[in-house]
Amino acid sequence: MADVSIEVTVNGQLRRAVVEPRLTLADFLRERCQLTGTHLGCEHGVCGACTVLLDGQAVRGCLVFAVQADGGSVTTVEGIAAPDGTLSPVQQAFREHHGLQCGFCTPGFVTSVTAFLRDNPSPTDEEVRAALSGNLCRCTGYQGILAAVRAAADTTSAGTVNAGTNNAATTNQEAR
Amino acid sequence: MSAAPLPDTAAARYAGSRVRRVEDARLLTGAGTFVDDVTRPGMLHASFVRSPHPRARIARVDTAAALALPGVHAVFTADDLNGDVVEAWYTGTGSMVPDTPRPPLAAGEARFAGDIVALVVAGSRYLAEDAAELVDVGYEPLPAVADYAAARTAEALVHEGYAANLAGELAGAPAETIADAYTSAAHVVSETIWEQAQGAVPLETRGLVAEWSRGSRELTVWAGTQAPHEVRMFAARLLGIPEHSVRVITRDVGGGFGQKVVPMREDICVLLAARKLPAAVKWIEDRRENLMAAGTARHEHGTARLAFGADGTLRAASLDHVQDVGAYPTPWPVGTGAATPMIFPGPYRVSAGTFTHASVFSNTPGRVAYRGPWAFETLAREVTLDIAARRMGIDPAELRRRNLLRRDEMPYSSPTGMPYDHMDPLETLEQALAVLDYDAFRAEQAAARSRGRYLGVGISCYAEPTTPAFGVYATEGATIRIEPSGKVNVYVAGGSTGNSLETTAVQLAADALGADIADVHTIQGDTAVTPFGAGTGGSRSGSMIAGAVGVTAAELRDKLTKLAAHKLEASEADIELARSRAAVKGDPEAGVSFAELADIAYFQPYALPPGMSPGLEASARYAATGMGLWACATHVCTCEVDSMTGKVTLLRYVVGEDCGHMINPAVVEGQIAGGVVQGIGGALLEELAYDADGNPVATTFMDYLLPTATEVPLIEYAHVETAPGPEPGGYKGVGEGGAIGAPPAVVNAVADALAPFGVTITRLPLSPAVVAGLIDEAGGSQ
Repeated sequence: MADVSIEVTVNGQLRRAVVEPRLTLADFLRERCQLTGTHLGCEHGVCGACTVLLDGQAVRGCLVFAVQADGGSVTTVEGIAAPDGTLSPVQQAFREHHGLQCGFCTPGFVTSVTAFLRDNPSPTDEEVRAALSGNLCRCTGYQGILAAVRAAADTTSAGTVNAGTNNAATTNQEAR
Repeated sequence: MSAAPLPDTAAARYAGSRVRRVEDARLLTGAGTFVDDVTRPGMLHASFVRSPHPRARIARVDTAAALALPGVHAVFTADDLNGDVVEAWYTGTGSMVPDTPRPPLAAGEARFAGDIVALVVAGSRYLAEDAAELVDVGYEPLPAVADYAAARTAEALVHEGYAANLAGELAGAPAETIADAYTSAAHVVSETIWEQAQGAVPLETRGLVAEWSRGSRELTVWAGTQAPHEVRMFAARLLGIPEHSVRVITRDVGGGFGQKVVPMREDICVLLAARKLPAAVKWIEDRRENLMAAGTARHEHGTARLAFGADGTLRAASLDHVQDVGAYPTPWPVGTGAATPMIFPGPYRVSAGTFTHASVFSNTPGRVAYRGPWAFETLAREVTLDIAARRMGIDPAELRRRNLLRRDEMPYSSPTGMPYDHMDPLETLEQALAVLDYDAFRAEQAAARSRGRYLGVGISCYAEPTTPAFGVYATEGATIRIEPSGKVNVYVAGGSTGNSLETTAVQLAADALGADIADVHTIQGDTAVTPFGAGTGGSRSGSMIAGAVGVTAAELRDKLTKLAAHKLEASEADIELARSRAAVKGDPEAGVSFAELADIAYFQPYALPPGMSPGLEASARYAATGMGLWACATHVCTCEVDSMTGKVTLLRYVVGEDCGHMINPAVVEGQIAGGVVQGIGGALLEELAYDADGNPVATTFMDYLLPTATEVPLIEYAHVETAPGPEPGGYKGVGEGGAIGAPPAVVNAVADALAPFGVTITRLPLSPAVVAGLIDEAGGSQ
């Protein structure tokens, strides 16, 4: 199959590339954009480590082809913190609550939780667990992650978020 | 080296507190460097051709079509690589044991479904996988030894030369020597407990990048490993080159849990191939490969025989143990396998006991270490104890209370010769039961049963050997440099796979030197700049790094103190080190910063005290005084079982763990929780299943079920610090215990819930179908 020209806005920056149709979005991000924060844990859509936001929606980077993102806007874990490096409320909460150990699954959790709390700023504990059920972690036993998401939800729903620190939300709104 | 106590650090502020991790900033922003994030100029990519048959003769390997594909650089077969092996033994095992076969590529015969037959190297991973499909292998299928339990009488042999498929056997005293303890007992309870095959399943699969420099004849390896220095030593022996010609670099590793302790066959192939390639070569395992070929663990069974006096006093504890070692166990499995029944008597007061052990081959991948590799002993003992408690009509908590060792009985030698010391098993039980409020739960359980709901509580106790301090693990080194700026760099071997070893080293060094933690940095995982260390394994890193940092920092502390006393014209005894300053006691204004002291040490040698060497750098090694450190714990779990569907819902989970003093409670709790949830997975969900012919049927995360956030209970901790370890700081290991204690706690909780049905549980995992089946078999009603 012939290669395809695509244009994808990644973390606010327009990227043009010629890709094989079979190139996954995750491999495009990792290999063509050098954004290696998106990790591959299973390559069959279960573990969630490769989760990125495509036009604001959390998707599995291993189950989307790069050509499907043509014309779209992608936010990866590298685009979640503020440009000055200030961690987002979600990232901050993971740090405060020991929500990561080896850090391999972490980018997928950060992106998934960012989208989840944007859509549901005041979730119940059951909703938090359900929202996290598509991301696997083998280190933490989910204890610190559950605490972190609770804290991030309480922080954001209390209206204490500095809007300027949430690069992802800004990008996604523009993309819609 | 002595085991002198850590210096009296009046300014100790970091050890014992929940210091924020220094690893997190990079990992939360996608800026970590895992092995698949490494790229090298012109880098090539590897993919393996794997046998689809559990056992087959390899009649031919035709690589022509694969080599003809544009972008393919090489296809290696056993003929190309296997002859290059100079030596292939692991340092922890040594070269003298009768190690089991471990050819790089399968030669002549494929011995499990997934066995590696050829290695394809191409310009991209996509191309390498395309080419792997073009390698034409002529297989002649052979009957496989699919079931290890029947392997000793099977006609087929996994390896020629190993009669009855026996990799090795070990045994304790003959059973007749303790026969009296059984014949005189009021109760003897014997059960055979079966544990299913499981995988370590780190979220990051295995992988490495190997680059051979032809000019300098040096090998550089970027490895996802728990032990960078072991990779270096192994690679040097493998290729027959000096150790200093190999550099191993490890930054972030996405979990290991034992799977990344030593190089395995795929790693060996890539290391051998690198020398034949013009550029670096990367191999990153995919998940299917990880589940079908990265090794199995826990697949074993054992017959436990417990003897009791009329009052429930434990009189004897013996285990006859058989473990599946697959086709290519890594490393040698017999010695570690025998540890399982040797630890079986556990944290109990019991005078008689013996064991047998058999390691048996099968046509499945091969046994590898997995967090608490001997954990089956706790499963077998604790499940059998609960069965015994029900038969004797004694509450399981009370049965343990009567038999658990107390701190004042230490040291204590188990009947299999385990030298227990510095632990407090009974206290862990009492604390865990108190947190749960055991009596209140029993009342709640009775009330629930009267309403047709089945709640249960399960207890599990264990004694765990941590920080093995012999052979390759005997010592740990550190280098500490206070740089000319006054900032501190701590160099230790590392091998962190989520264990927070960077934070640990920084915390300990800051306290030991009296430095502000913000001034302390650590460098780990690069064999070119770090002292030798055996990496993570055996729950050793916290206590051994504490020792290494302690002895090294003591030298620098002494130098800082002398230098400051000289500069401030004060007595050494009056100098205090804190917040990166040396100050005079009682006169905080009279002080000098580490930066000023470093300036003198590096740039003003004439201002040093007479006889003092310039610079502020020290290297030292720590040797533990004993053979290891005993930790212990009690896990208490409650659950509800749906008697119609068989679904198990965990309600509460309490861990009372005696891991000595804690360097960082958040890290300790994270290690416990992670292990507990792996153990819950093993009890309820996970199974590396094979069909009757030896074909793997759990090769995706749709089939191999890991626990998710929806299944795990909130874990509660009751830390027991009444029996600190004998080494500096009183630390012990805590990395593996969670995974050891959890499976029997869960099994016992389910069995307790189902006690009204008369159900006895002896096999895992307890899937809803299995639990519902047990209820049906028992008649389906009370």
